[in-house]
Amino acid sequence: MTTTLEQVTLVSEDHPISPYIRMDRMPHIWCSSCGIGTVVKCFAQALAETQVDLTKVAVVSGIGCTGRVAGYMKLDGFHTTHGRAIPFATGLKLARPELLVTVFSGDGDLAGIGGNHFIHAARRNMDLMVILVNNFIYGMTGGQNAATTPLTAKTSTMPFGNYERPFNLAHLAASCGATYVARWTSLHVRRLTKSIEEAIERKGFRFIEAIAPCSTLYARLNRLGTGFDLMRHYHDNAEVRNGADTRDVGIGFQDRIICGKFVDQESPTYLEARDEHYRSILGEKYVPMPREGGWLHE
Amino acid sequence: MKADPRGVLTGVHYLDGDFACGEGAMAAGCRFVAGYPITPSTEVVERIARRFPFMGGSFIQMEDELASMAAVVGASWTGTKSMTVTSGPGFSLMMENIGLAAMMETPCVVVNVQRAGPSTGLPTMVGQADMMQARWGSHGDYEVIALCPQSPQEAFNLTIDAFNLSETYRVPVLVMMDECVGHMTEKVVIPPAEEIELVPRRLTHVPPEEFKPYKVNGSPVPEFARAGDGYKFHTTGLTHDERGYPAMTKACQETCVRRLLDKIRNNVDAIVRIEERDTEGADVVVVAYGITARVARMGIDLARREKAKVGFLRLITAWPFPERRIRELAARVKAFVVPEINYGQMVLEVERCAAGKASAVLVPCGGGGVHDPKDIAAAILGAVR
Amino acid sequence: MKYWRKPLDFDQVKVPRGDVHIMVDRCKGCGFCVEYCPKDVLVMSDEFNAKGYHPPKVVRSGECVNCNLCEMICPDFAIFSVEVAVGAPVAGAVGSEAAAAAVLVAEKEGRA
Repeated sequence: MTTTLEQVTLVSEDHPISPYIRMDRMPHIWCSSCGIGTVVKCFAQALAETQVDLTKVAVVSGIGCTGRVAGYMKLDGFHTTHGRAIPFATGLKLARPELLVTVFSGDGDLAGIGGNHFIHAARRNMDLMVILVNNFIYGMTGGQNAATTPLTAKTSTMPFGNYERPFNLAHLAASCGATYVARWTSLHVRRLTKSIEEAIERKGFRFIEAIAPCSTLYARLNRLGTGFDLMRHYHDNAEVRNGADTRDVGIGFQDRIICGKFVDQESPTYLEARDEHYRSILGEKYVPMPREGGWLHE
Repeated sequence: MKADPRGVLTGVHYLDGDFACGEGAMAAGCRFVAGYPITPSTEVVERIARRFPFMGGSFIQMEDELASMAAVVGASWTGTKSMTVTSGPGFSLMMENIGLAAMMETPCVVVNVQRAGPSTGLPTMVGQADMMQARWGSHGDYEVIALCPQSPQEAFNLTIDAFNLSETYRVPVLVMMDECVGHMTEKVVIPPAEEIELVPRRLTHVPPEEFKPYKVNGSPVPEFARAGDGYKFHTTGLTHDERGYPAMTKACQETCVRRLLDKIRNNVDAIVRIEERDTEGADVVVVAYGITARVARMGIDLARREKAKVGFLRLITAWPFPERRIRELAARVKAFVVPEINYGQMVLEVERCAAGKASAVLVPCGGGGVHDPKDIAAAILGAVR
Repeated sequence: MKYWRKPLDFDQVKVPRGDVHIMVDRCKGCGFCVEYCPKDVLVMSDEFNAKGYHPPKVVRSGECVNCNLCEMICPDFAIFSVEVAVGAPVAGAVGSEAAAAAVLVAEKEGRA
């Protein structure tokens, strides 16, 4: 055993996440003690564990802090318009069914402006994996109210405290027909990774809500400290209740956060239902979209 | 590349413009359509919904037009030719994602079967008042191509051309039909698949490690990589550099956006299509498009009976606008008469290009019906004096 | 490690050992790794990195069991641990505060 200092020079590519991240774009723009990076790491870990073919994974993000995820991941990535990541991903999936299409975006993007697309994709049981990072606020634009902001929380557009009821996203997804619904915080790194692995292996509309700290806006506007203090809050207030009834898992301001895998069931996906239906009606004449996609060539 | 026979309904048919447009899309190799019902365009997707399951196509009725356009852009990134269909109110909703398609340089086709507006307007009746919106509807600087069929046969032909143009220039191409052409039933001849020439998606041959999604090698547009082919590329609606990464600098804005404009502007002569008749020695040239072009011919006949020397110029491509030809004609004629089913849109372009050398006379019609040819004739005769 | 009752397979269980690597200039000083390391291997240092943050430093390097929690929880991909063979020399003596900075490394960030 030596007591001398060993100076080792590390390069970007040494970090285990580097095969999954565009290292030429590091460091990323997320703030100190923001939780998005942690969720990205869990996603990368899940990809590594399940050993999926990375060339067939597409990640679609919208606009916002979490919307930047597509730009940092070394996968076919699409940084699309605000709220429209889910229909964009639908187009990708339907036109090349072999792709594993992941939507990775924020609560404002997917449940606010994108709410309509969210419920319809869940209703259709569209084959999409949706990782929604919920920081209860519109971070990128300066801390405005979101559809998930808890009652009484302060935001820049509700400076005296939010009086609008927020969404209970797990319940929304479940009630619209999502076949896999889980919620974890960015503190639950192992369980979040495991949930993402499970979702990768399933079909249909898989929804994972990852509660993450927003230090610069949510924590600061509500005088909660930094993201670190929010992580402490998750530590002290998160309760794991797998299989809980999603009606009971709403989140109040600085209140308990019920986490767990709430829904995990099988149901025909959009593509399965469509193909099955057309086969039964049209028989041999039905020509489905090939798995490799609708690109016509000589 | 020849057309896929499964999509080509070869033969002589009696079809309306909407159905003919749908057939054109299928013949052109379109295999993904996302749409939302809106009169008078719905029949296009209804036709496609009925035929797609037999040719490996994927049709989905999305929850709204925003989703439809987003899905079309997404689907196009798998290399699949994609299209959506709408009318005025839906066209307005699609604008943001048309801008996304333009910025990401995604080939796609948007059909607008125009009806009278503004707002809900006259849902079942003709209008041509979305022409400026076709050019300027989305925010920011970008160029699109817009085609105006005047008959169901042209609805078939120009839809195929729309796909070919969108592949060549990696730009959203708009088929600006109108409700009259959409709902009129005429003879449509669909040739055999071997006679239909298509432009395929131009894929890159550069290996993934070296590939840059927006690097051009002399040609106006970059080569394409399909999602799922191992290129692991990134593309964004933000101003981006050659690698597709966001690059928020003034210099990058200049390079990035300039190329979007130049690829059309520098190739205007290859893109613009007009139909010109009797403009030699004419005093007045009538400029028209869509259904109005057919009505205008009757107006021209009536004016000729009064000995007027009238020429005719039909816009097959409304955008890019045939600036050069209008400038040339403006030097020789007294006036342009522009009948259109709106209160003045393409006439503004004619006036701009005429630059005072010839006058530009609008023959407006609010919509809900076509012009009375006598009004067009009166305008021609008024312009001659 | 203290046991209230010695497990039956005590002799067979090998506790892994890990080596912590910190990419100093990527750290944004959030403190997650320090707080959540189950073996208290890290503390926030008083040094500044290029961006003005205090990166963590290893103070109990021999205690690292390669659980990878720091690697998973770091939002900036600035820290990771690798397994080392049990008994192999680890830079920095076990429990020695003096050799604490043994694995504080300089990073050469190659940006395109």
